[in-house]
Amino acid sequence: MMTIQKMTAKEVTKMVLNNEELFILDVRNESDFNDWRIEGNSVEIINIPYFDLLDDFNPALESIPDGKSVLVVCAKEGSSIFVAEQIAEAGRSHVSYLEGGMKSWSEYLEPVKVADLSGGGELYQFVRIGKGCLSYMVLSNGEAAIIDTSRMIDQYEQFMQEKGAKLLHTIDTHLHADHISGGRALAQKYGATYYLPPKDATEVTFDYEKLEEGKDIYVGNETIKVQPIYSPGHTIGSTSFIIDSKYLLTGDILFVESIGRPDLAGLAEDWVGDLRETLYSRYRDLAEELIVLPAHFGKVTELGERGLVSGRLGALYKENPGLNIQDEGEFRKTVTENLPPQPNSYQEIRQTNMGKITPNEEEQREMEIGPNRCAVHDK
Amino acid sequence: MNSDKILDAKGLACPMPIVRTKKSIAELESGQVLEVHATDKGAKNDLAAWAKSTGNELLSHAEENGVYKFWIKKA
Repeated sequence: MMTIQKMTAKEVTKMVLNNEELFILDVRNESDFNDWRIEGNSVEIINIPYFDLLDDFNPALESIPDGKSVLVVCAKEGSSIFVAEQIAEAGRSHVSYLEGGMKSWSEYLEPVKVADLSGGGELYQFVRIGKGCLSYMVLSNGEAAIIDTSRMIDQYEQFMQEKGAKLLHTIDTHLHADHISGGRALAQKYGATYYLPPKDATEVTFDYEKLEEGKDIYVGNETIKVQPIYSPGHTIGSTSFIIDSKYLLTGDILFVESIGRPDLAGLAEDWVGDLRETLYSRYRDLAEELIVLPAHFGKVTELGERGLVSGRLGALYKENPGLNIQDEGEFRKTVTENLPPQPNSYQEIRQTNMGKITPNEEEQREMEIGPNRCAVHDK
Repeated sequence: MNSDKILDAKGLACPMPIVRTKKSIAELESGQVLEVHATDKGAKNDLAAWAKSTGNELLSHAEENGVYKFWIKKA
């Protein structure tokens, strides 16, 4: 009997980032597939629901190009094993399935080094490739700070352990609506300080440290200064950071190929003005040489070398469509009308991040399934 | 809702709820109703899509204490 292999989300991520050819048979139902799937420049993916293969397996076999290896993917993994085994039994070789299915895909974080910092520290971007979320870790002199921590805190813990770093701060640029923050849980576990913008935290049920403009946060060597800049628009409290006078962490205000949407906290009309002011005036006053590091990407085309998502601020002012809408009325229309669907469970996610509800781990996973959709152009 | 047969698929993970549903439906006459109980959350979208693709009719569904119930009328 032919055997099937198991592939982890990490292995699939490496293949996507290295532009290795990958043929995927996604056996989830059509609506889940259309909503969200594995993407990559060298990924070829087709969808045949597993329940359409129960009587007649030929459509699956006919769909796989001769001699090609195939990765079968489903929601959790059960159905992909079931289908992969039948493909292998039909005599095909190089058949694998995604361990943990799309759930694992949604949760894997790939650490990508952004740069060495001038004080001897390091800056890492954690790419949550399956959901398009980006978080950051500043390391210096055995100390660490994490910005926009995702829910899967064990992956940061493991990384800090490898780096021999102690956690001092977790910081959220804003109250997130597309994913559950791990910032509070991780800070609690290590006696670190959890920072939030006070204007986003008026309803939170826990203690936190206020992020305030001009109030620097230090990690390791004093030279690594985390300098907050108040930049409302996506939420009223949204705050950006400049690290090492070189890196601008924009949260969900400015992305590489799009801009943040102002509607997820229910106040699109009120915040359009703030969003425009931040993007067309406050950021304009910053140095063009700053490297923008956002909290999301929308398309895999935004992934650069090794998976890094970044762009020079000056270049974004030339190329990003969201920064090139001169007419104010037109801008208002773009960010309030015809927006993409809102992220899955976004209201429950905001409530969870405020500490108002405490869903269990399985419920939290379910709430986060699907893409982030925090940008106005994520159609 | 009345049903002609009840399938207990609680505790089963994908693809088994659908595999069992398909088998149970095959044992019914056209127009009869199968009631399915499942605990796998994924079963909800999958059963609806399966019913659509096979022509059987998903009459109704409900959730009670973590158990998903479906009523499917055989085509």
